Amino acid sequence: MFGNQGSGDVSGYGGLVRPRRSIEAASRPFGSYFDEVHDALEEAYPAFGDAIEKVVVDRGELTLHVRPERIAEVCQVMRDDLALRFELCSSVSGVDYLGADARRLHVVYQLTSMTYRRRVRLEAAVPAEDPHLPSVTSVYPTADWQEREAYDMFGIVFDGHPNLTRILMPDDWEGHPQRKDYPLGGVPVEYKGAEIPPPDRRRSYQ
Amino acid sequence: MTTSNYATERETSEGRVFTVTGGDWDSVVSGTDPINDERIVVNMGPQHPSTHGVLRLILELEGETVREARSVVGYLHTGIEKNLEYRNWVQGSTFVTRMDYLSPLFNETAYALAVEKLLGITDEITERATTIRVLMMELNRISSHLVWLATTGMELGAISIMLYGFREREYILDIFENITGLRMNHAYVRPGGVAQDVPDEAIAKIRKFLTMMPKKLKEYEDLLSGQPIWVERTKNVAVLDVTGCVALGVTGPVLRSAGLAWDLRKTMPYCGYETYEFDVPTHPDGDVWGRYQVRLAEIRESLKLVEQAVDRLAKPGPVMVADRKIAWPAQLAIGVDGMGNSLEHVAKIMGQSMESLIHHFKLVTEGFRVPPGQVYVGIESPRGELGVHAVSDGGTRPYRVHYREPSFVNLQALPAMAEGGLIADVIAGGASLDPVMGGCDR
Repeated sequence: MFGNQGSGDVSGYGGLVRPRRSIEAASRPFGSYFDEVHDALEEAYPAFGDAIEKVVVDRGELTLHVRPERIAEVCQVMRDDLALRFELCSSVSGVDYLGADARRLHVVYQLTSMTYRRRVRLEAAVPAEDPHLPSVTSVYPTADWQEREAYDMFGIVFDGHPNLTRILMPDDWEGHPQRKDYPLGGVPVEYKGAEIPPPDRRRSYQ
Repeated sequence: MTTSNYATERETSEGRVFTVTGGDWDSVVSGTDPINDERIVVNMGPQHPSTHGVLRLILELEGETVREARSVVGYLHTGIEKNLEYRNWVQGSTFVTRMDYLSPLFNETAYALAVEKLLGITDEITERATTIRVLMMELNRISSHLVWLATTGMELGAISIMLYGFREREYILDIFENITGLRMNHAYVRPGGVAQDVPDEAIAKIRKFLTMMPKKLKEYEDLLSGQPIWVERTKNVAVLDVTGCVALGVTGPVLRSAGLAWDLRKTMPYCGYETYEFDVPTHPDGDVWGRYQVRLAEIRESLKLVEQAVDRLAKPGPVMVADRKIAWPAQLAIGVDGMGNSLEHVAKIMGQSMESLIHHFKLVTEGFRVPPGQVYVGIESPRGELGVHAVSDGGTRPYRVHYREPSFVNLQALPAMAEGGLIADVIAGGASLDPVMGGCDR
C-alpha cells in the first residue's frame, strides 16, 4: 500500500504517494480586480476565446493561460488598452513541468500595471520537442535578456527575438541546465567517516 | 567536430603544450580593420576595477565616443536557482541570501514572503517578526546605498568617499552581526518569521547609529555636492527618461531619478509598509546626479523607517509563527561547541518526549510540505523590484524558484545610457545603475 518494497524503510521515502490538490480553472466571479481585467481583455482583444485557454485564480493571483502562438498579441493588448495598461513586464521565466504536462515547458510572464497597481500572470506552455513561441521583445524590450535566460536555461526558442543567445552559461555549453531532466551534478563528500551523497541523490520526500 | 575550439595541443620535447585562444574575442573583432577604420573595439572587463564586479563591456569606439556598447554577463553564474530545487524550503533561505550580496536581507525576505504566500500563512506572521524584517531591510538599504556611494565615488575619482562609505557600512554590518550572527549571508529571515529575536545590545547600537548617521550624510554632501569634478561628471550624464526606464524594465532609484515615484513599498505595500511614515524621493532629471540625490534622500527616509521600527520593537512578542508544523521546535543559542543548541529542548526530546524527537527529526531533515501552486512576490530592493516566482508541486522542496533580479534587468539599460556618450561616462552610467553581479548572474 505504501510502496515499501522490502527495504525496511517506512519513512515514506519508498514512494508513499499522497493525493495532490490540483489547480483548478476558476469560474466567475473571480474576485478582486480580476473580473475587470478579464472583461477588459475580452473586449479589447477579438481573438480572446481562441487565445485564452484557462483562467486560474489561486492565492489571490490571476493567471491567464495563453496559447503560445498568441502570446505577443495578448501582451500588446495588455500593454496598450486603456483599461488594462500593463506597462511593465516585471519578469519572464521558465518552468519545466516534466511528467505533469505534455507541453512541459511553461513560460511565465508577470505583468504589472503601474497605472492601476495590478499584477497579472500570463502563462504559455510549449512541448519540449517544438519549444517555439513568439518573442514579446517588440512589446516589452525588457523581455530581451529574460527571454535569453529562459532560452539558456530551458531551451525555449522565442521566435523574433533580436539576439537569442546564451546569457548566463558559456556559449559552447551543451544542454539546458534548469530542465528537470538535466542532472544537478556534484560529488559525494566524506564527513566524519560517512559518505554524504551529492544533493541530487539524497532522499527526497514527496 | 573532432577538435576543440578552445585549446589545441601539441607534443614537444618539453612535454605537452596547449594553445589557448581568447574565447569569443576573435569573432568580436573580426570585420574591424584596426589601421584604416576609425572605429576600434575595446573589451572592458570582466576583470576591470570600474565595472562593478565581473561585468564585461564590449565597446565600439570612435575616438572617445562610444558608438555601440554591449554588456556580457554570466561570469558569476552559480546556479542557485537550480540548487534550490534540491534542498528543502527552509534551506532555501541560506542559498538566496548569497545572490545579491549587498542586499542579502531583501533576498531572504522576498523568498520568505513567497513561501508564506504559498503556504497561506501570510496573515499569521507575527507583528514583531514583520517589524524586525522592516528594520533589517531598511538598515540593509542604507548599507547597500553606502556601498553604491563608496564605489561610485571611487570610480569617478573620489577616494575619500569610498573610505567613508565603507566605514559607515561596517557599522551597519556590526549591527547585523549582533542580530544574526553574520555580517553577510545571514539566513536570518526564514519562512514563518525570523531566526532570532533582536538583542537589546543591538537596539542600543541602532539608536547610536541613528544619531550618528545624519551628520555623516551631511559630511558626504559637503564632500561631493559642491565639488566641481563630481558635478561635471554626474550632471546630464547617462540620461534615461521614464519611458526608457519602463520599456527596459528599469525600476528602483534609477526610475525615481527620472521622476516617477514608483516604489513598491508605497504602491504595492508588503510587510506593513503602509503603516510607516516615509516619503519617496524623486528627481526630475534622470541623470547620474539625480540618482545620487535620490539615493542620499533614500538613506534619510530609511533612517526614519528604522527609527519607527525600533520604537515598535519596544513591545515584546513572538518572532515565529505559532504553527509547530512550520516553526523550528526550539530557540537555539550558541552552545559550548559553537553550534546552535538548546539544552532545555535537548533534555525534552532526549528524556521526556519521543514524539517531540520524531517531530524535530522530521521537520529538520524532511522539511514541511507546501501545497502546490505558484506565486509571485515583488519587493523594493535597493536596486528596484526584486521579484520571486516560486512554484511548488506539493513536496518538501521548491519545484522552481525564479528571482527577478533588478541588477539583471537594469543592466539592459546600459547601452541606452552609454551609446553616443564619452567612454568615461560609461563608468558613471554603469555605476549609477548599481548592478551587483552576484545578483545579476545568480
